[in-house]
Amino acid sequence: MSESAKPLLEIKDLRTRFHTLDGIVNAVDGIDFEVYQGETLGLVGESGCGKSVTALSILQLLRCPPAEIQGSVRFDGTNLLGLDREGVRKIRGNDISMIFQEPMTSLNPVLKIGEQISEAARVHKNMTRQQAWRWAVEMLRMVQIPGPNSRARQYPHKFSGGMRQRAMIGMSLSCNPRLILADEPTTALDVTIQAQIMSLMQRLKEEFKTAIVLITHDLGVIAEMASRVVVMYAGKVVEEAPVKEIFKDPRHPYTQGLLGSIPVIGRKEQSGRRLQEIPGIVPSPMKTPLGCRFHPRCPRVINRCCDQQPPMIRLAKHRRVSCWLET
Amino acid sequence: MALLEVKNLKKYFPIKKGVFSRTIGYVQAVDGVSFTLKKGETLGLVGESGCGKTTVGRSILRLIEPTFGQVTFNGQNLLVLEREELRKVRASLQIIFQDPFSSLDPRMNVGQIIAEPIRNHLKISKSEIRHRVAYLMERVGLHPEQMSRYPHEFSGGQRQRIGIARALALKPLAIICDEPVSALDVSIQAQVINLLAQLQEQMNLSYLFIAHDLSVVEHISDRVAVMYLGHIVELATDREIYQNPMHPYTQALLSAVPIPDPEIRKKKILLQGDVPSPINPPSGCTFHTRCPERKEICSREEPPFQNIGADHWVACHLI
Repeated sequence: MSESAKPLLEIKDLRTRFHTLDGIVNAVDGIDFEVYQGETLGLVGESGCGKSVTALSILQLLRCPPAEIQGSVRFDGTNLLGLDREGVRKIRGNDISMIFQEPMTSLNPVLKIGEQISEAARVHKNMTRQQAWRWAVEMLRMVQIPGPNSRARQYPHKFSGGMRQRAMIGMSLSCNPRLILADEPTTALDVTIQAQIMSLMQRLKEEFKTAIVLITHDLGVIAEMASRVVVMYAGKVVEEAPVKEIFKDPRHPYTQGLLGSIPVIGRKEQSGRRLQEIPGIVPSPMKTPLGCRFHPRCPRVINRCCDQQPPMIRLAKHRRVSCWLET
Repeated sequence: MALLEVKNLKKYFPIKKGVFSRTIGYVQAVDGVSFTLKKGETLGLVGESGCGKTTVGRSILRLIEPTFGQVTFNGQNLLVLEREELRKVRASLQIIFQDPFSSLDPRMNVGQIIAEPIRNHLKISKSEIRHRVAYLMERVGLHPEQMSRYPHEFSGGQRQRIGIARALALKPLAIICDEPVSALDVSIQAQVINLLAQLQEQMNLSYLFIAHDLSVVEHISDRVAVMYLGHIVELATDREIYQNPMHPYTQALLSAVPIPDPEIRKKKILLQGDVPSPINPPSGCTFHTRCPERKEICSREEPPFQNIGADHWVACHLI
């Protein structure tokens, strides 16, 4: 990991809430983390923990209102949340780009693949139509789509799921960004296609020294791709650690439960057929529990957890956990 | 004797086109699948999207009418049964669906949903039905007080429990589980997997467990069948499958599963391209277009499905 002292992206006390008819939803509730140049940061959590909203808040891809974003998102020194629309537009797709989960819905069905990829290059790099088209074909070749010349002239429905995700990656790389926010990039794909896409992302990351924020619920993907992991639960960061430590020595009971609940091939004989389960369900973001948000499901709950929010305890530079048991 | 025996099952979906809906071709979704399911056993059926695993499950229950083949359940050939007889058989051969959001009628409350199969099959009094429903709800970890609530008031995991309670209502011998946990979060997934395993032990149930997630299938199954493009390419005990996979597709599939342990770095077999269309499947071995070890014979002849010992079946020319 080539870590420079200064982070490329620094998020401080980010809060995103939605004003809905049923009340206020605190989707992201005061989170901090940093991303350094060239590293892959894994953002893990289950549905509704706020991991996708975090990514959308960074690029301000949420309609405000109903959304309300507070805090600071510093990218290379500038606070993105302080920029006007034009300022954010210059960053989006240029310095920071995004890969979405659904390769089926995130491409425009009535535009040719080539046009969609060349759009960013035309807008941000002032290329002419022809130059941008050639650039788009180049991008398709780079993400290993066979016959890129003819493929660029096709519409998304002619592409398979894996190819669409390749095209998305090509699009996200077209302006040579310094940071990519990848929101569940392989979740909708079959495992053999997922393996292709993961090896492609890994290769391109090394080639371009791009930093990646990898948002996923799949701990297997995290183990293979990320160098550092941030675990989220109900809108908060509960733990952060380098990837090896999170798997070897998870500190937060939620992280421990998460790791225990996934079946691993070939491990049945040692650990038995019964999986460790986390009882109960994720709390609704409208009525989050008092104190530690995980306390109603926590197997090691103590009195304090029920009414006082645990502080974030820093154990090392990139090692922190938010739990009363660590104090 | 096997509880369920499927022999050479085929399902071709016709493709219609034009004013007169002429059949211009067939989607060969399932093309000659055979396996058995023993009493109290879990057989995992695993494969990627479009391999035909769901069609197999539905064809067995004749929710989709199969084109060809033989399905024997508890001594009866299901494919020749009349409607009424089939209805009776379905009492002991149940199904759980993937999507807990669309497989429950939103206008029925939970009590009605679970009671429906009981009312349709047994002539028992209302209070007895209520009693039975309450018992079933407890069995799957729901509170009987929630009987009058509607599906939208439940989370995904709880809805899947309702589906399981409904499947258990008539004390079935076997349940076809069609991706029962893939729509659930990992912590909830573990709850449902544990519940299924526990019910199996208590009631000596047989499961046909259909899923795309290899680690889940390996965890829950006694034997695993791997499907590719309408065929079973390999069938063996769970241990054999992951310790000694013989078919190149099984090997690639296993190597592609990300292992949640950063200390383990395994070599991945990256397959080229995508799964071909089942409308015009490749000749010979359907996997030959993507197989890293293909030989000349593979594109010409379909490999036989043969036993290589210890109940390990493979369809590959290389063996």
